[in-house]
Amino acid sequence: MSHISPVLWQFLVKWLTNFQLFPPEASKVAPEMDALYFFMVLISLVGLTVVVLLIVSFSILYNKRRHPVATQIEGSTLLEATWTIIPLGLFLVTFVWGALLYFRIYTPPANAMNIYVVGKQWMWKVEHPGGQHEIDALHVPTGRPVQLTIISQDVFHSFSIPAFRVKREAIPGRYTSVWFEATEPGTYHLFCTQYCGTNHSQMIGEVVAMTPDDFRKWLQGSTSGNSLAQDGERLFASLSCNACHNPSPSSRGPNLVGVYGSHLTLASGQTITVDDAYLRQAILNPSEHITQGYAPIMPTYQGQVSEEGIFALVEYLKHLDSDYRIQQTLNTTVLPANNEGRPAPGASTPNAPGEVKQ
Amino acid sequence: MSAATIISLPDQSTARIPKMNFLTKENGLLSWLLTGDHKRIATLYLVSITFFFFIGGALAGLIRLELLTPQNDLMAADTYNKVFSMHGLIMVFFFLVPSVPATIGNFLMPMMVGAKDLALPKINLLSWYLYVIAGIMMIYTMSVGGVDTGWTFTTPLSTHYLNTHVISAGLSVFVAGFSSIFTGLNFIVTIHKMRCPGMTWFRLPLFVWSNYAASILMVLGTPVLAITLVLVVLERTVHIGVFDPAYGGDPLLFQHLFWFYSHPAVYIMILPGFGVISEVISTFSRKRVFGYTAVAFSSVAIAIFGFFVWAHHMFIMGISNYSALVFSLLTMLVAVPSAIKIYNWAFTLYKGSITFETPMLYAIGFMGLFTIGGLTGVFLGATGTDIHLTETYFVVAHFHFVMVGGMLMSFLAGIHFWWPKWTGRMYPEKISQLAALTTFIGFNLTFFPQFILGTLGMPRRYAAYPPEFQVLNVFSTAGATVLGIGYLLPILYLTWSLKYGEIAGDNPWQATGLEWQTQSPPLTENFPEIPIMDHEAYDYEWLERQQRKEVASV
Repeated sequence: MSHISPVLWQFLVKWLTNFQLFPPEASKVAPEMDALYFFMVLISLVGLTVVVLLIVSFSILYNKRRHPVATQIEGSTLLEATWTIIPLGLFLVTFVWGALLYFRIYTPPANAMNIYVVGKQWMWKVEHPGGQHEIDALHVPTGRPVQLTIISQDVFHSFSIPAFRVKREAIPGRYTSVWFEATEPGTYHLFCTQYCGTNHSQMIGEVVAMTPDDFRKWLQGSTSGNSLAQDGERLFASLSCNACHNPSPSSRGPNLVGVYGSHLTLASGQTITVDDAYLRQAILNPSEHITQGYAPIMPTYQGQVSEEGIFALVEYLKHLDSDYRIQQTLNTTVLPANNEGRPAPGASTPNAPGEVKQ
Repeated sequence: MSAATIISLPDQSTARIPKMNFLTKENGLLSWLLTGDHKRIATLYLVSITFFFFIGGALAGLIRLELLTPQNDLMAADTYNKVFSMHGLIMVFFFLVPSVPATIGNFLMPMMVGAKDLALPKINLLSWYLYVIAGIMMIYTMSVGGVDTGWTFTTPLSTHYLNTHVISAGLSVFVAGFSSIFTGLNFIVTIHKMRCPGMTWFRLPLFVWSNYAASILMVLGTPVLAITLVLVVLERTVHIGVFDPAYGGDPLLFQHLFWFYSHPAVYIMILPGFGVISEVISTFSRKRVFGYTAVAFSSVAIAIFGFFVWAHHMFIMGISNYSALVFSLLTMLVAVPSAIKIYNWAFTLYKGSITFETPMLYAIGFMGLFTIGGLTGVFLGATGTDIHLTETYFVVAHFHFVMVGGMLMSFLAGIHFWWPKWTGRMYPEKISQLAALTTFIGFNLTFFPQFILGTLGMPRRYAAYPPEFQVLNVFSTAGATVLGIGYLLPILYLTWSLKYGEIAGDNPWQATGLEWQTQSPPLTENFPEIPIMDHEAYDYEWLERQQRKEVASV
């Protein structure tokens, strides 16, 4: 092989050893997605073959030399109906099949563990409920449904994990979510797929799928000392949310214990279910989300709390299930030390009490 | 074995280009710049869009060169972003949208319906001036530093986060939009009001039908783009807060408005191409287009359905699952008329008498590439697989199969087909067949690997990419080189043929359209007297009787 130039040779070896037609199937939904994908490849091949065969055989049979005079034909309703109905039928099959998959990928199961993701130019920040922060990386356990709640701090981004066959747009000012269940431990690509400015192609990272045991070890080794809910609790105190939102009968704001998941009637008469998106809106744009029976006195926190801070507040409110807890927050800004792990070396520094995350 | 051909040229020793024709009627630059003649305006358009095509093509070459290696090494990331943005803007708004309608369509529409000119000749000239103004603004944008929004102007990136020349680029597209509205308007009025006696709707050539459908899209869709761009400019300059969530705007609103135009826009680009293919396939198989009515109505169906599928660009953007369902279903429906057309064209060949001159080769290439482009659209129209494939190179490949494999192939088919009518001279046949073949091979080598890249997950608009994607990118870049040669050849030999091409005579292809029954190049008034249409479109037996009559009278 000495006569092949080394560059070309290396190129060929690279190609033959790395050739793939589709990315690794590392999530539960991946094989299902690929089944539909290859069904469509099959339809396309059949469709294309029919067209090519028709063109080639007619070109040979009815070439001018072989067939000097054309026979005029108007058309054929039967034939035209055939090539209307067969493609329509096949397209409808792919429509239904695709829709089933789509609803599955965008409807998280109730028992999914939630991880928060903030996209910003040009990095991904990941917040685990246990307080682990990651940048341009996402660690997840295998065999357990994981739901991502995604938001962008600036422009549109898109969170894409090809090996899991999932992707979701990160939109400024709005939560989106997607879920997956990793099946194969390994390290996979994480891409931003929505063009977002200068370093769009550097907004990449890795997704590490780990066995549940490894994941538990990783969680313990990467904790920042405070859980996300505890960060939220501090923020709740430092922004003096509890001055109004407290259980005392004379409080000026609604008590927030157990508010997550409840049904509220707003001042406008509208009934809503409290979820992550509602809480975010109520913090940033309170005047349009007044609970019935309360005065519109809450100021907006737009620009005062970062998206990560809002995630922390949301996570705190999710777990706020007793008046005692809020009373504690009301009385002290220093957290009780009994239920926290020690800060791990190398983990990011927890925020000092009273500091607002920007 | 000499290839069978239908070309019948006059005796070259005695043949002359008619002294009086639209090219020679008046001389001087002003006679061109102030002309009302649709054929001269079409010529002006042809020169201008070819200019922009080569700028856009050079930018495409730069993109492929950067992607030869995984690292971001040929140019800075910002430069790369500007290059692909300018490539998209120029190719979409300055080549694809005006390509067939404003050049070939402008040239042919009045002749095909048997009229002296378009209904509104001055508006037609105005539309070219608007195009030129828009073009100058785009070149200005490029020369002062370019724009890096992508051709999609996505907010809030374009309104708040970039400090490049978004305003001049946006206004340029805004102006170009009006040029396209005026062309569409002119076609609609002409087709309704200017048909010659006997030219009923179902005697119109299919080229007219498909341009009619595209014109409806231009007139109804483009204003939405214009409004959207004005809003982007206002948002950027005075922060009116329509799109920016920080001012209470809705970031998804831009996507809805933009795609409400930009999805129909792909039909604006491809429908006139369909028209070219119908004419070419019919002529070179000597047969009426199989199922004329079905092909005509499928164009109209595409135009109507085309307006109700825009949100399929937004399946992953957090629109409600149920609205995704509706838009996916409608997308599947809009795919059907395209399938009907492909099979009708294939069956036009059945029992024909087929020859393979250059336009026919381009048309056959079109059918193969458009079939792939159309079918891969189904992958993206199905909501489930769209999640994985959208925003990757799969979309890039799909779009280029439809737009370059479809539209550009049909544009070249049309240019070769009507070149003898336009200039009075034939292009050289052998080398143009070679160019058609080169284009086809180069195209497949460039864009087919991108389907695999997309399936593997490679995101689009990346200046750098993981090294395992390199091999397929090298294939793609190699293909782009071949493709570039395929596009350079026609400009060389077509220019050559202006002086040295054989004299074509009135009807070198023995085609049936009214435009072929007049001299080449035509008179400024197209016909010595307004023709009377007394036969169906594509009636080759009528043509034969006509020719026998002429021979008898001589």
